[in-house]
Amino acid sequence: MSSVRFGIVVFPGSNCDHDAYHAVKHVLGHPAEFLWHKETDLKGSDVIILPGGFSYGDYLRTGAIARFSPVMNEVVRFARQGGVVMGICNGFQILCEAGLLPGVLMRNTSLRFACRHLTVRTENPRTRFTAGLRDGEVLNIPIAHGDGNYFADDETVKRLEGEGRVLFRYCAPDGTVDAASNPNGSVGGIAGIINETGTVMGMMPHPERACEERLGSADGVKIFASLIGSFAEHTV
Amino acid sequence: MYQATITVTLRKSILDVQGKAVELGLHTLGMDAVRNVRIGKSITMTVEAADETEARRLTENACAKLLANTVMEDYTFTVTKV
Repeated sequence: MSSVRFGIVVFPGSNCDHDAYHAVKHVLGHPAEFLWHKETDLKGSDVIILPGGFSYGDYLRTGAIARFSPVMNEVVRFARQGGVVMGICNGFQILCEAGLLPGVLMRNTSLRFACRHLTVRTENPRTRFTAGLRDGEVLNIPIAHGDGNYFADDETVKRLEGEGRVLFRYCAPDGTVDAASNPNGSVGGIAGIINETGTVMGMMPHPERACEERLGSADGVKIFASLIGSFAEHTV
Repeated sequence: MYQATITVTLRKSILDVQGKAVELGLHTLGMDAVRNVRIGKSITMTVEAADETEARRLTENACAKLLANTVMEDYTFTVTKV
């Protein structure tokens, strides 16, 4: 399989950038490069990862300041031209603030920072991020956020649901979606969504922290492997 | 120069969990008469503008583009000459 180049954006306050780098480079074996937030060159990346963390100290709102970073102008342009972008946790928040994904991530209804392994159910395996998963497949992936409560107006949520753009939903280990399995109050238990063109994805759980069994789960590999595989299909 | 004072709060239709928690605290202190606690942000800034209309336009723009996320927040502001 040809290699897929990953560019991992580093904002002041990013703290999962090295996890993402380790996962794609050392576990999956693909080239990866850090992109400092002041850079305006995406260095030929095939995939841009906006990693987790607390960019700019979460000042004003999570992701609100990061979207004005010089690198984000390029990321938005790249995304609008069909480039593949993956936002994890704080990266998801930034994608929403930048308008590349609809909705917003509000404070967890518990008002507590939630940091633990949980399970999410695959809602749509027909995307380039989920092609290696079965419909309804349950993944064990950790979360670590204080603002993960996904919210959008009713019309937007209806459209996301109708168009199969909800990729992951918080669930019980047996796949049941219920209020008890929702760690943050997200509408519909939404944990991850994709844009209209299927190229920009955001999720609150951290697949990059679940890429080796010794870390408690290797389920995150399935998401990165799906994505990598999608490039092979597209280049044949 | 104009002084702008902006208040950003969660939209009325959205449950304000921080407000609810604080309201419970106030009730615990015996202040049962207190209701509808909402938590927000207060932002102040000065604006260089030729007149109040321009100051309001600039402040409105700042609110819409950055200071509030209108998916979940409402904002109000006042502008006074200083």
